[in-house]
Amino acid sequence: MIRTVTIRSAAGLHARAAATVAAAAAGAGIPITVRRTGRPAVPADCPLALLTLAATPGTELTVEADGDDAALDRVAALLADPDADRG
Amino acid sequence: MPPSTGWPPCWPTRTRIVGEPLRGLGVSPGVGTGPAYRLPDPPGLPPPRPVVDPDAERDRAYAALDAVGRELTARAGAAAEPAGADILRAHAAVAGDRTLRDGVAAAIRAGHEAPHAVAAVLAGHRSALLAAGGRPAARAADLDDLRNRVVAHCLGRPMPAVPEPGHPYVLTATDLAPADAALLDPRRVRAVVTAAGGATGHTAILARAKGLPAVAACPAVLDLPDGTTVTVDGTTGHVTTDAGTLAPAPTRPAPTRPAPARPAPTRPAPARPVPAPDGGAGRTADGHPVALLANIGGAEDLTGVAAEGVGLFRTELLFAHHIDPPSTAEQVAAYRAVFDAMPERPVVVRTLDAGSDKPLPFLAGDREPNPALGIRGVRTARRRPEVLRAQIAALAAAARRSRARVAVMAPMIATVAEAAGFAALCREAGLPSAGAMIEVPAAALRAAGILRVVDFLSVGTNDLSQYAFAADRRSGDLADLLDPWQPALLALIASCAAAGTAAGRPVGVCGEAAADPRYAVVLAGLGVTSLSMTPAAIPAVRAELALRTLDECRAAARGALAADDPESARAAARVTP
Repeated sequence: MIRTVTIRSAAGLHARAAATVAAAAAGAGIPITVRRTGRPAVPADCPLALLTLAATPGTELTVEADGDDAALDRVAALLADPDADRG
Repeated sequence: MPPSTGWPPCWPTRTRIVGEPLRGLGVSPGVGTGPAYRLPDPPGLPPPRPVVDPDAERDRAYAALDAVGRELTARAGAAAEPAGADILRAHAAVAGDRTLRDGVAAAIRAGHEAPHAVAAVLAGHRSALLAAGGRPAARAADLDDLRNRVVAHCLGRPMPAVPEPGHPYVLTATDLAPADAALLDPRRVRAVVTAAGGATGHTAILARAKGLPAVAACPAVLDLPDGTTVTVDGTTGHVTTDAGTLAPAPTRPAPTRPAPARPAPTRPAPARPVPAPDGGAGRTADGHPVALLANIGGAEDLTGVAAEGVGLFRTELLFAHHIDPPSTAEQVAAYRAVFDAMPERPVVVRTLDAGSDKPLPFLAGDREPNPALGIRGVRTARRRPEVLRAQIAALAAAARRSRARVAVMAPMIATVAEAAGFAALCREAGLPSAGAMIEVPAAALRAAGILRVVDFLSVGTNDLSQYAFAADRRSGDLADLLDPWQPALLALIASCAAAGTAAGRPVGVCGEAAADPRYAVVLAGLGVTSLSMTPAAIPAVRAELALRTLDECRAAARGALAADDPESARAAARVTP
């Protein structure tokens, strides 16, 4: 299963947003990866790896997992959350 | 981005006098007054030692990461604002990151002890963030704090605590970590001034959340003795000191006999501007400009010299003979002595080029089997990033107060990412022009990519030829390989010059070869925009260039490039259509 999301929060994928996404991915129970075009995929439950994607508004990311649409959708929705920098 | 000439616009004249404000970047509005107290810098990395028990070392690293995670979580619980608590919890999560631990374990297996392993892994992430620029680059500082905390834990040393003088005060620091910023009490701290940082860093965000006036990017604040009364304006970025309110200097044991007269703190007399050259600026017979600049090691090299500018200001002399890096004040004074001699003219400063044949006591690491291929030039920042950071801050402070067109370049750049990291450091400090030296063939091959992240290139022909021909510069037996007329060396320079022409950015040459008038003609023909050499060589090069048109220079360059050996290259360059 693959979802493609675009970062929309003005501050990009910063430390707080990365921690929130990582916590959701860790709770999913299955491995989920995130990939920025042209780079190796990183585990979605690793906040440092997500931070180092250096994703800014407009960056497109691919989220991938084997099965469990619901968990994948949750992670994709958190990544795409335009208000991630207010939380 | 529009094509850049790489030279900054001229800066307003700014001679700092007592009572005149220090200038930084206002990052959190408001005004606060009080005595300044400095947060000490965190402990640095210890000299590396061999790892005897990798498993125990890994446990030590993991234990330090766990402890830092717990400490950050505890601080999150104590933070007054939700924003601060969230940031600290996010940092705690990074301390627990699985990929970080895997990387650390691998680095330990490769022979790094715990603090160095953590620093190395975080440095990799840090350079990726810096290379991205903008907001991601501002987050590199958060990783620095994590590294500092882990290193302190590994060493069993406490992290420096925020001062508690017992009355309200102004906090100054090289940089303020979010973990400290989140716990600042606005009733006790009236304002914050840091030497590093910028408007999008977490510290700025937290200061704004607390309504605490804050100024970042103000390196001069580190020179203030504790107790100096300052007024901080977080809107304008001005930090005003008043001579009348200077607290007594820190007390030291009184000397038992009168101290011998010491030279005054390095504050050279205002330099007199160096005259412009009699023969005018360098140009070809048909008026194509080729700047002819001076290679110097300090202001004293400019005595009796007429030059259009400085193309290579080596800063090692300032650092040599120091057990510790020179203070910010010493550095600023030395840089200003050169800058003030070159009003409205370019001065290209090379950051510390230590290592290899120029070891410095405070950067000395373990003995390297092959120093020329080891930690030298900008690579020293992998181990001691604070030395480069402090140098850049001092250069920025000196540049702000002078009228020279200051540009700063890093030696031994090998990759686009290294160039981007260096450029980000320069921009963060407010330096208007950052460049890369091309001495490593890998960098010459990627000149176009490097020019996308820096403002100019400067080719160091001596090292470039040593690395391209795998021939030690000190080996007399291999001198023929190190002949600058080797067509392969010319080809590397040509690719840099072509990248510069395509990008509309300057590409200079600052090796000894530029002092050979015939070679200078070839370089001009390749598209090199400036030549920097020992000042004594400038008149002969100027005279030779003035005899050739740009087309003749290009023909000489084509001929030399097409040759198969140095002798034919020399001969080909002599033939003009």
